[in-house]
Amino acid sequence: MRRSHSSQVLASILVNAVYEMKNYPINLVNTVLSPLSFLVVIDFVSKGALIGQAIEGGLIMSMFQSGMSLQGDISHLKNDFKLQDMLVSSPASPAAYVIGMAASEIIYNLPALGILIVLMGVYVHPGAFQAIELGAALFLMFLTSITIGFMFATLSSDIVQSFAWSRLLTTIFTAITPVYYPITYIPFPFRYLAYLSPTTYVAEIMQSVAGSLNLSEGAVITDWAIIGGLAAVLLVVVSRNARWKEA
Amino acid sequence: MDQLVTEKLSKTYGGSSMALQDVSFSAPSSGILALIGRNGAGKTTLVRILATELAPTSGSASINGIDVVREDKRLRERIAIVPQEARTISWMTPKQSTLTYLMWRGFEYSEAKKRAEESLARLKLDKYADTLNRKLSGGTKRKALAAMVLASEADIIFLDEPTTGLDPISRRDFWEILRELAKDRFIFLTTHYLEEAEQLADTLAVLGGGRLVAVGTVPSIRGRIRYQYSVNLPAGSPVPEVAQGEVTTGKNGEIQILTNEDEAFAISKRLSVAGSRFSIRPVSLDDIFFQLVGESTQGEHEVPTPGADGGWSA
Ligand SMILES: Nc1ncnc2c1ncn2[C@@H]1O[C@H](COP(=O)(O)OP(=O)(O)O)[C@@H](O)[C@H]1O
Ligand SMILES: [Mg+2]
Repeated sequence: MRRSHSSQVLASILVNAVYEMKNYPINLVNTVLSPLSFLVVIDFVSKGALIGQAIEGGLIMSMFQSGMSLQGDISHLKNDFKLQDMLVSSPASPAAYVIGMAASEIIYNLPALGILIVLMGVYVHPGAFQAIELGAALFLMFLTSITIGFMFATLSSDIVQSFAWSRLLTTIFTAITPVYYPITYIPFPFRYLAYLSPTTYVAEIMQSVAGSLNLSEGAVITDWAIIGGLAAVLLVVVSRNARWKEA
Repeated sequence: MDQLVTEKLSKTYGGSSMALQDVSFSAPSSGILALIGRNGAGKTTLVRILATELAPTSGSASINGIDVVREDKRLRERIAIVPQEARTISWMTPKQSTLTYLMWRGFEYSEAKKRAEESLARLKLDKYADTLNRKLSGGTKRKALAAMVLASEADIIFLDEPTTGLDPISRRDFWEILRELAKDRFIFLTTHYLEEAEQLADTLAVLGGGRLVAVGTVPSIRGRIRYQYSVNLPAGSPVPEVAQGEVTTGKNGEIQILTNEDEAFAISKRLSVAGSRFSIRPVSLDDIFFQLVGESTQGEHEVPTPGADGGWSA
């Protein structure tokens, strides 16, 4: 028979976004609340001075969260329901499965993204070209976090372990790193540590595009190269090494 | 005729002892094949290897000439499985579960929906079609899982302990459905209910401690065991002298003597003369299982080679 890839992608979206949202609408509140709550705190503490950075930070966190949720969701379906075993022993395409799951995370994040994008328009008002740059940076952030998330999911064997990882990664990569505030706030020896996190590069790009951070052209190009290169390398590594079937 | 063939199939999980050891057999890949064995015998391991989920450590296997390792993609076009530990996704209904499983297999939405509804009706699950899985009883959940794979176009279906947890009546219902479906599909199921194997299986395969102990039709396996008769005495009876056979005492103290026909009648005669209470009957599948697996765990049994049993040769 002819097998429809779009159907396979849609199946992942139905299971992981549409049906799930219908039954646990409270999860939606979570995905909206966590980037917004940081934003509000930063705005209050800085008396409004850092609102632009805080909105950008919210967007980055939301993208990063997508990857971590993907990790949790794929692990949950695989370990607790044995869904992946059922799909391995079937003509389901692993790529279509994962693409659909990744898309479902974006769909889940749409309400948060919508609010943040509106705030962006109101407080930062980027031009068309800047908007494209911001979108591209966020897309690279999404790819990076999705691949990291998927890699962890294929390695995890129980759900507790995978939740522990996603919490740890989210804290390290979005709360501590200069995502919600400019990197120049970090005193020097520690600033180098921040560059270990992919979110730092995306934040630098977004902050400089929005004009809240002054970076040389060379530094911005370097940031693009690093995050773009990282996303590409991770995609290759994951597509080569992800475990679909058991060894 | 289409065949399932395994050749010295072995599996060792990360350095531990062998879960499967040199399993070689061939059987028709039609009707129902029931794989029986105790917990830990290696049933799930064998199923997962055949269903392309798990790589064997050594050996090979093929179904209808398609190699399970080298041609896994080709085989996946034709197979479906309900793993032993599969659970219905709690936030979905049986209809949504079946629909999305079919879509993952590549069916268009409308065709998937139609097939899902048909399959649920066939398993008498239509009244639960739109109830959340987490609100269903354990047995209904297992049936809903079966409905997912049975809705598909797959003609080779693996069910790992499909009736565990079903009540006796639901189990019988389920057998009816499996018999019906096996008319144009190959169903490979595992079970530890011997009655189920006896009722359903066109082919029976017995695993003990990772080794294949027997394979064939139920009558052919019955014909191959050493002791065909069972003499049973109530608890507390004096044990008669047994020249040839095996004496065991059950949990409730009942004494069982497994033996051959001549010896069984000789013992019966002596017991009758002595006025003791006893019964005599041909061995049940339970007894057969004990004879096969009880011995195999002590490593006395030889692994049947393909062709050892007429009709099941490669
Ligand atoms: N993933 C695994 N890792 C290590 N050992 C395993 C794994 N799965 C099964 N085993 C071991 O392999 C043997 C066979 O198990 P299994 O195939 O599940 O048997 P059954 O399905 O007949 O109960 C058991 O001793 C079990 O402990
Ligand atoms: Mg098992």
